[in-house]
Amino acid sequence: MTAVELSLEQVDHVADLARLALTDQERETFRLQLSAILEYAERLRQLDTGDIPLTATVLPLENIMRDDEACPSLPVEDVVANAPAVEDGCFRVPVVLPTPPEGDLDDRE
Amino acid sequence: MTGMLPLTIQQAHQRLSTGDISSVALTQGLLDRIVALDNDLKAYLTLAPEMALDQAAEADRRRAAGEDHPLLGVPLAIKDVICVEGLPTTCGSHILESYVPPFSATAVDRLRAAGAVIVGKTNTDEFAMGSSTENSAFFTTHNPWNLERVPGGSSGGSAAAVAAGLALGALGSDTGGSVRQPAALCGVVGLKPTYGRVSRWGLVAFASSLDQIGPLAGTVAEAAILLGATAGHDPRDSTAVDLPVPDYLATLTGDVRGLRIGVPREYFLEGIQPEVEAAVRDAIALLAGLGAEIVDISLPHTEYALPAYYLIAPAEASANLARYDGIRYGLSLAGDDLWDGYRQTRGQGFGPEAKRRIMLGTYALSAGYYDAYYLKAGQVRTLIRRDFEQAWQQCDLLAAPTTPATAFKIGEKAGDPLQMYLADVLTLALSLAGLCGISLPCGFDRAGLPIGLQIMGRAFDEATMLRAAHAYEQATDWHFRRPVLN
Repeated sequence: MTAVELSLEQVDHVADLARLALTDQERETFRLQLSAILEYAERLRQLDTGDIPLTATVLPLENIMRDDEACPSLPVEDVVANAPAVEDGCFRVPVVLPTPPEGDLDDRE
Repeated sequence: MTGMLPLTIQQAHQRLSTGDISSVALTQGLLDRIVALDNDLKAYLTLAPEMALDQAAEADRRRAAGEDHPLLGVPLAIKDVICVEGLPTTCGSHILESYVPPFSATAVDRLRAAGAVIVGKTNTDEFAMGSSTENSAFFTTHNPWNLERVPGGSSGGSAAAVAAGLALGALGSDTGGSVRQPAALCGVVGLKPTYGRVSRWGLVAFASSLDQIGPLAGTVAEAAILLGATAGHDPRDSTAVDLPVPDYLATLTGDVRGLRIGVPREYFLEGIQPEVEAAVRDAIALLAGLGAEIVDISLPHTEYALPAYYLIAPAEASANLARYDGIRYGLSLAGDDLWDGYRQTRGQGFGPEAKRRIMLGTYALSAGYYDAYYLKAGQVRTLIRRDFEQAWQQCDLLAAPTTPATAFKIGEKAGDPLQMYLADVLTLALSLAGLCGISLPCGFDRAGLPIGLQIMGRAFDEATMLRAAHAYEQATDWHFRRPVLN
């Protein structure tokens, strides 16, 4: 069994995927701790699981449909009450795409 | 108020029914007790005295109008990962510090429909990730039996509140042991229902294939009342199974004759605290004396439950916690751009354990590692389920310790996540298999700390499990012992 040793680059990659800003101290702490936990997880390899199916959930799940009927829902002001920024009863979000320069849209084919 | 506070839900019900006490007086008495004692214990994150007294007054009016239910007018506590409309639901996290849900969990709605009074929200490890409440972003709850010890976790606030008489019962949530383990460490009863027995609507999601709301109470019958009041189908949760809910109280006959109770040898680990092993073996012998047939069982994949769980649960958590983006609720920090805003919000809002599990889960699901980690763990989960299916050919229930040791010292494991994870080593397999389990008091160690007996049952057969637990409890007096608090 080889020891698992994550690199700081791997830690940064995972933090980026998870949208987590980490301090330098956190990067190193998580590098060591995640390495130790993954090392512990290596013992799963002792088991031959070749054609064993994956259990993602223990229930035999199926789609449950309901009639397409309007039913009471929460008032809009309650739904947006926890939001940091609200406009006209909607969640206000930061800019997702930069504003295109004048004329850009017209030039698009 | 007349006399002392009632100690159990049934005592409260009896005194409320006879008019010996009103729900308002009972609730006020309990609130006074919380104010007097919770500075030392720190079981509650939020107290709701006004709301509780309004609900108590309403319960008194309902009773005066002829209504009755074992929970009508009875004050309860709710773990702070379960939504109660109008009360903060922080999940023990700074990222939800200011969140007030506009709705209640189905389990809470059902307790309220039965007339229960909600006195407050109890402390939890952040997003229910932990075994001691030390991962709460706000403070650590203390064990009522010894204030230098942890109460267990993550439902440690609920367990400590019940043990100390700061609630007559409570709801917790159990993903890998978070109801059973703190129940064991605080000397109370904690029940994890079968996955699908209780609606998860309004339970803030941690690991959706494992999470289940479960009751904590002083005795088995009280846990049965709380389970009966919260269980059942819910159109709002597609995993809340549409099966009839038995009258659990009626199943507590005290009779275990002919019941086959399996003892899984893998649960008596090397390194188990000798007093824990002795107490649990005594409990099994007592059940045999009551007429149960004891069967030696092997669950060969038990040792793989911990590594499998700590890949599966973080993987699911990394997806569930992606919703905390600072847009619709919770902490919101500005960044250089949209993406940086997410990174800053999440980097500052989540505590170390939540970040650790998000990172671990993200890694286990990421390109190139999925097969080696998530898929492998899911396959091992299948092997663990098969272990239990084999066992049910030979027995009706399983009995084992809930934890390998009694309550550890605050700070003892806080610096080493893997050591903390090992505190759950005996509760994880059952969670992965989606079965039901209960922990109940079966003794004390030399330091005076409680020991928990874990009884495990078949899927949706909480009734048989409760019957055996109740029979054991009635033959012993552990549940009469209460911690001394000043």
